[in-house]
Amino acid sequence: MRWRAGETDSRTDTTFLLFSGCVYGNECDVVASKCEQSSVLLKELRSSMMSEGSSFMKGLILGGIFCLVMSFFETFNSGTHSEGHEHLHHHLKPVSKDELQKLSESQMSDWTLQVRVYCLIMVTPKLLVHWATANDTWSKHCDKSVFYTSESSKALEAIDLQEQDEWARLRKAIKHAYENAGDLRWFFVARPTTYAIIENLKYLVLDKDPSQPFYIGHTEKSGELDYVEYDSGIVLSYEAMRRLIEIFKDEDRCPERGHALWKTPEEKQLATCLKYTGVFAENGEDAQGKGLFNKKSVSSLISDSMGQNPADVVEACCSDMAITFGGMSPSQIQVLMYGVYRLRPYGHDFHDSLTFLPPNDSDND
Amino acid sequence: MKALGVRSAFYVGFVVGTCTLYVLLRQVGFTRDLGSGEAHEKSLLEMVEEENKNWKKERSALFNLNHPHHAGEDGTLADTLYKHVRILCWVMTGPNNLEKKARHVKATWSRHCNIVVFISSVDDPDFPTVGLNTKEGRDQLYWKTIRAFHYVMDKHGDEADWFLKADDDTYVIVDNLRWILASHSPEDPVYFGRRFKPYVKQGYMSGGAGYVLSKEALRRFVEGFRTKVCTHTSSVEDLALGQCMEKVGVVAGDSRDTLQRETFHPFVPESHLTGTVSKTFWYWNYCYYPIVQGPQCCSDLAVSFHYVDPSHMYLLEYYTYHLRAFGYKYRYQPPEPNVIQDFNAPDKVETGDIEEKLGVDQQEGEKKSPELNEKL
Repeated sequence: MRWRAGETDSRTDTTFLLFSGCVYGNECDVVASKCEQSSVLLKELRSSMMSEGSSFMKGLILGGIFCLVMSFFETFNSGTHSEGHEHLHHHLKPVSKDELQKLSESQMSDWTLQVRVYCLIMVTPKLLVHWATANDTWSKHCDKSVFYTSESSKALEAIDLQEQDEWARLRKAIKHAYENAGDLRWFFVARPTTYAIIENLKYLVLDKDPSQPFYIGHTEKSGELDYVEYDSGIVLSYEAMRRLIEIFKDEDRCPERGHALWKTPEEKQLATCLKYTGVFAENGEDAQGKGLFNKKSVSSLISDSMGQNPADVVEACCSDMAITFGGMSPSQIQVLMYGVYRLRPYGHDFHDSLTFLPPNDSDND
Repeated sequence: MKALGVRSAFYVGFVVGTCTLYVLLRQVGFTRDLGSGEAHEKSLLEMVEEENKNWKKERSALFNLNHPHHAGEDGTLADTLYKHVRILCWVMTGPNNLEKKARHVKATWSRHCNIVVFISSVDDPDFPTVGLNTKEGRDQLYWKTIRAFHYVMDKHGDEADWFLKADDDTYVIVDNLRWILASHSPEDPVYFGRRFKPYVKQGYMSGGAGYVLSKEALRRFVEGFRTKVCTHTSSVEDLALGQCMEKVGVVAGDSRDTLQRETFHPFVPESHLTGTVSKTFWYWNYCYYPIVQGPQCCSDLAVSFHYVDPSHMYLLEYYTYHLRAFGYKYRYQPPEPNVIQDFNAPDKVETGDIEEKLGVDQQEGEKKSPELNEKL
C-alpha cells in the first residue's frame, strides 16, 4: 500500500505519518493501515460528534424558543389576569378641583354641612395610651367623636359597652351611633391606633350623597369577599348604617355571635353583613390612584419608598391628601399633628373651595 | 451508543438553550421579575435624569433651574420671594458622607436654594463638592467654615444676597427663611440662627441648627480675616464665628416669628414638640430666649431642624411640602414681609423701583445702629 500524496482527509493523518518518521516501505504500510483505522475511527467520531453537535444545536434553539413562548404566555396571562382583577375592585376618588371651582356659594355651604363626621373610636383599657392620644389629637377634628370601650377606665371618658367580644362591641357601637347621630350623615370607625386627618376624609366624601350606601376604606380581598381593612379606618354613609342596623336583626345571615369554631375577624363579618344588603367595599384613593387609607406609619412608608423608589422617594410614597396612618407612637403623632396642621412653606397657597376651621379646645394644631 | 449520545445531546442542548434565554430575558427585564437589583439600576438612571432637569452644574456649585412647584398650588408669593431674596446654601459635608447624607440633602431641601455648594475636604466634580484643603474631623470645623465663607464670597459673592451654612444632617425650609429675611436688607450687617447666650455678649448662633449671613456680614467676616481682627481662635466653629461677628460689628439677629416662637431648631421636631430634652442638658443654659417645650416650641414657619437622618429628611419633606389637611384654616396667619408689598404693586415692576426701596431700608438700618457705625 502506498501513501498517495494529496489523499489526506484530515491534517491529523499526515502529521501522524510524518511523526512516525516513515515515508514508504513495509513499516509504513503497517503505520498507514493503523493510520487508516484511526482515521476511520476519527471519521466516525467526527460524524457522531457532528450529529450530536447538530442535535445539541437543535436542542439549544428549541429550548430558546420554548422559553420565549413560555414568557410570552406568562406575561399575557398575568396581564389579562390583573386586568380582570381590577375591574372587580371599586375605586372611589375625591371630587376634582375643576368641579369644586364651579360650585356656588350656597352649594358650598350645603356641602360643608352635609359632610360632617361622627367618629366611633373603639377602645380598650389595654390601649390606654393610644386612647389618650386619639382623645388629645385627631378626634377633636370630628364633628362628634365618641369613644366606645369594652370596659370603663377611670382615666378617660367613654361609653362602656361592657362587651369583650369585638364583633358584638362593634355592633352595639354602630347601633348607638346611628341612634345618636343627630343630623350627622357620615361615620368613621377606627381603633385608637389609627390616626386620621378628618378634613381629608371630608374631602373624599364631599360630593357623595350619604343617603346612598357607601362603605369606604382600604379594601382587601378574602376569597370572593371584598372587605375594608379595620386597621386603616372604615367610612360608612348614613344609608349604609341604616341597612346595617336592619341586617343586624337577621341572626342567620348576620349573627351576633359566630357559630363557627374559629373567629372571623370583625372587618370580614361587617363586609359579609353589608354584602347581604347590597353594599360593597370601595377603595379610597386620590386622583393619581394612590391609596388614602394606610395601616402603616408614615416613617415605615417612607422607608419602603426609599428602598423601592430612591429617585423620587416622597412623590412615590404617599398621597398629599392621605386620610389615615397606623401604628404610630404618641410622640410620632404629635409630630404628625404639627406636620399636617401647622408646618408649611411660606408663599405656597392652596385656594381650597371649602374652609374647615380649627377645633376650639386644642393647642397642637 | 450512538443513538443515546445524540438524544442526550439534544436534551442537554434543550436545557442549556432554555436556561440561557431565560437568563437573557431576565436581564432585558421582559419577564415579570421583582428583582431589586434591576429596579435599583433603572432608578439610578432616573435619578441622574431628574438631577439634570433640576440643576445646572457650574464651577462646583449647583444652580437651581426650577424652583419646585406642587400640583394644584399657587406659588406666586414664594416665587416672588425666590427672585428677590437670593440665598446661597453651603452644606458642610465630607467624602464619607456624600452617599450617606449629602445625597439626601441634594434630593430634598437644597432644591429650594438659589445656589447650593457642598463643602468637603476633597474636590468631587461629579457630585459636585468643593475641596478646601482641610482634613476631616471636628477640629477642622472652623477651618472649613472660614475657607467656605471665603470661597463663596470669592466665587458667588455677586450671585446671592444671603449666605446660609448648614450641616448634612440639618433640614432647612428655605421658603420660610426667605419670609424672615425679606424684612431685612442684605446690606445690613446682621446674621440669624438659633441664638445661644454664653461666652459672647450679644450671643452667637448654633452651628448645627444652621445660620445665615447677610452680604454685608459676609464682607465684614472676610475683611476681618484680612485685617487679622478675626483669626482661627478655636475649633468650636459656631462660637468662634460668633466672636468674630461681634468684633466686626455684625448684629446677632432675632429669628423668632411674630409670636416669639423659635424658627431655627438644634434638634429634631419630636424632641422639641414632646419636650424630651432633659433638664440637666446643656441646652437649658444655652438658649438666649426663654425655652418653650410642647407645641409652642416651634413656629409654623420653622426654618431648620438638626440631627435629621436621611429617612427623617424625606419625612420632613413630606410633612412640609406634601401632606396637608384640605381646606384647613391655619391658626397662625403670618403677616406679609414689609418688602413684599412693593414687589406686588402693579406699577412698580421695574427693578429700579425695587432697588430704591432697598436703598430706603438700608438708610433705615443705618439709623437703627449708630453705635455699630461708631465702632467701625
